[in-house]
Amino acid sequence: MSSDLILNMRNISKSFPGVQALDRVSLEVGRGEVHGLLGENGAGKSTLMKILSGAYRPDSGSIEYNGQLIHIASPHQAQQHGIVTIYQEFNLVPSLTIAENVFMGREPGPWRFIDWTAMKRQTRELTERIGIDIDPMTIVRNLTVAEQQMVEIAKALSMDSRLIIMDEPTSALSSQEVEQLFQIIRDLKAQGLSIIFITHRLEEVLEICDRITVLRDGQNVGSRSVEDVTVNDIISMMVGRSADELFHREETRYEQNEVVLRVTGLSRTGTAQDPNATVLEDISFEVYRGEILGIAGLVGAGRTELARVIFGADAFSSGTIEIDNKPVRIKSPRDAIRHGIGLVPEDRKQQALFLALAVRENLSIAVLGRMLNWHLFVRQNEELDLVDEYRRALDIRMSSPEQKVINLSGGNQQKVVIARWLAMQPKVLMVDEPTRGIDVAAKAEVHGLLDELARNGIGVVMISSELPEILAMSDRIITMREGRLTGVVAREEATEELLMELMTLRVDTMTGP
Amino acid sequence: MTDIQNPSGEKRKHDEPFAERETNYIDLLGRFAPVIFLLVLIVIFYALNPRFLSQRNIFNVLRQVSITGLLAIGMTFVILTAGIDLSVGSLLAFSGIVAAGVAKGTRTNTLSLGTTEESGYGVLAAILAAITIGMLGGLVQGAATTKFKIPPFVVTLGGLSAFRGATLLFSNGGPISGFNDAFTEWGQGEIGPVPIPVIIFLGFAVVAHIVLRYTQYGRHVYAVGGNPEAARLSGLNVGLITTSVYVIQGFFAGLGGFVLAARLNSAEAVAGTGFELTVIASVVIGGTSLFGGEGSVLGTVIGSLLIGVLINGLVLNNVNPYVQQVSIGIVIVIAVAFDTFVKSRRSI
Repeated sequence: MSSDLILNMRNISKSFPGVQALDRVSLEVGRGEVHGLLGENGAGKSTLMKILSGAYRPDSGSIEYNGQLIHIASPHQAQQHGIVTIYQEFNLVPSLTIAENVFMGREPGPWRFIDWTAMKRQTRELTERIGIDIDPMTIVRNLTVAEQQMVEIAKALSMDSRLIIMDEPTSALSSQEVEQLFQIIRDLKAQGLSIIFITHRLEEVLEICDRITVLRDGQNVGSRSVEDVTVNDIISMMVGRSADELFHREETRYEQNEVVLRVTGLSRTGTAQDPNATVLEDISFEVYRGEILGIAGLVGAGRTELARVIFGADAFSSGTIEIDNKPVRIKSPRDAIRHGIGLVPEDRKQQALFLALAVRENLSIAVLGRMLNWHLFVRQNEELDLVDEYRRALDIRMSSPEQKVINLSGGNQQKVVIARWLAMQPKVLMVDEPTRGIDVAAKAEVHGLLDELARNGIGVVMISSELPEILAMSDRIITMREGRLTGVVAREEATEELLMELMTLRVDTMTGP
Repeated sequence: MTDIQNPSGEKRKHDEPFAERETNYIDLLGRFAPVIFLLVLIVIFYALNPRFLSQRNIFNVLRQVSITGLLAIGMTFVILTAGIDLSVGSLLAFSGIVAAGVAKGTRTNTLSLGTTEESGYGVLAAILAAITIGMLGGLVQGAATTKFKIPPFVVTLGGLSAFRGATLLFSNGGPISGFNDAFTEWGQGEIGPVPIPVIIFLGFAVVAHIVLRYTQYGRHVYAVGGNPEAARLSGLNVGLITTSVYVIQGFFAGLGGFVLAARLNSAEAVAGTGFELTVIASVVIGGTSLFGGEGSVLGTVIGSLLIGVLINGLVLNNVNPYVQQVSIGIVIVIAVAFDTFVKSRRSI
């Protein structure tokens, strides 16, 4: 096997400010092999693949490709070597034809004129090679997600690719389409191509991959041949991330009988790409006063979508939402706020902060209405008192209330967002990845803060991709996969293995939650 | 820039007024660039021709910029929400001609210049009509951008044509002129040495400044422009706020249309042609970001003055009038390029 490697990455390390993303990771991929790359969110899969595709440069380590040591300085160089990545978000121009997309920048023809006849013929040859029959002149916008993916594969083949990296290729496909994709992968494999297959769906790994490599906390946990492993083996390789420096919550006493938020049969259909896609399906759960409810799930499981729908940021197709046992109509974030629901969104810079405005303005924006003179003028001293109150309560570090939020650290930015919500005095506060991108000390502070909120009787819903965080913070945990609720686990029963199983296994293969 | 450790929070009651002064000099330069540029121009033109700073000429400049300045105040609201309004000149003309028609009680030019038309409805009705027309025009355009998600550039490009056409229809293409003194006083009169249009312009600039800086509404305008998604998720009524800035712009277009008609003693169907460029230039030169969320009315006043001073100075020094257009164009591009440069340096 080792004599016939297409790729041999050795001791790759990469660090970002404050994070060791990869620590001496090695990866070997054989010729004609489908290699599964697995790991939790943030385990280092993306970083490793970005190094391979030339988007990042490693701090140290070597890459041997086709038996030769190579340096990949740019995505363009990676492509010249025949290493092509197909991202989840396709790199296609929707308004152009399939042929134009496949040969983008490499159009056949003399003197930069396009020889359309040749381009159409060559495109057809490529699509036939992967076994699909489609007019090369079709506009990409009119294709299904699965067809667009095939265009990406055709494009990779047109670059004479020997190694294709597929990042979560099945996440947006129906089961039929997945089967079709697997057939293509098998064909490519038979033609001698190698494929690195990144996925969260473990049963697919067993079906399509020859070997797997598991990453955890930026380290290589091991590589195995698929024949030698079971799903449970893979799960135990993936879990067990280091949990030191985490906040440890004491035993909590939330009121079992006081339901503050109840969601019943919530469903949402349709995304920007696919109006028929199921985003959320029949989700029901409760949040009790004073508890922290963790929502665990892998990327794309629908956790963020669930929070956004409850908050009125997106519409839902069916289902009911009750606050304090009374049904409420939520059609916009304004409605949700009026009923006491808050959301600290996933991406604070894009969705929460006004970066060009001061801390003071960011903090008070939603509650200005209660500090007005003559319903018009903001009482400035009251506003400054508010800032002062939360600066102390949350220990927000700023040079002055007039400091622009863009100049704060990530942890302090997050505190400003949380403070904005606390000022609104919500009954339920949903926090989506509350500690993403903030340093360890600030993480512990945010955790302490969430604990305090729960103690003060707020129902806290915490979405997190970090299982140790979920386990350390939650009173109860619900797990999601593919838009469905797959389990409700009490704090005492929760283990990483159990959660990972609920997060990764197909619902129909499980024996009830 | 990282945040400064502040372990002893108690000592810091409220803010420290000097903390923000640590901002780097590029940021400061960026903020005061329009003022500096304005002062430099004034010094140069004064050196070339001392008459430039005579009281008469100063009020000349102010009077010249007062109409476009009024529109620019409204445009500041629009651009703060990352919008644009190309229809201002046409809406100004439409409001003006309607005001003239109301004042004279006729839609046709009586050619009796300077006579008082007794069949009219009076100057207050004329003002009300102008402002109502302006605000309605703004409301239609604002609602079209927010309800139907048509980009404001397109909606107001349509408005640019439609309101001009409405103006021509209203008066059958001709001017409506010859008003009584109560009407023309608003454009030609003075209080002390100060022309009334200048008082209107600066007065509304102060009001707009107060609204943007000290009211909840003003804060919401900045928030919607800075990050509409964050504004929505903070419970702000983004659609209503966005629509409202076009209504405000319409108010100023209406007022401007009336004042211009009063000043010229005639509402022309072609009034305000090309104003949108001068108005947008005033706002942008004044440092308001076309991407929204950053800027001020104060900057817009400076921007308006800068353009006025530039034109006046060139005229005073007998520069070819066509050169004026060229120089304004260059100033706009330099101002935006400088702004972009400052912002790119700041984000490092």
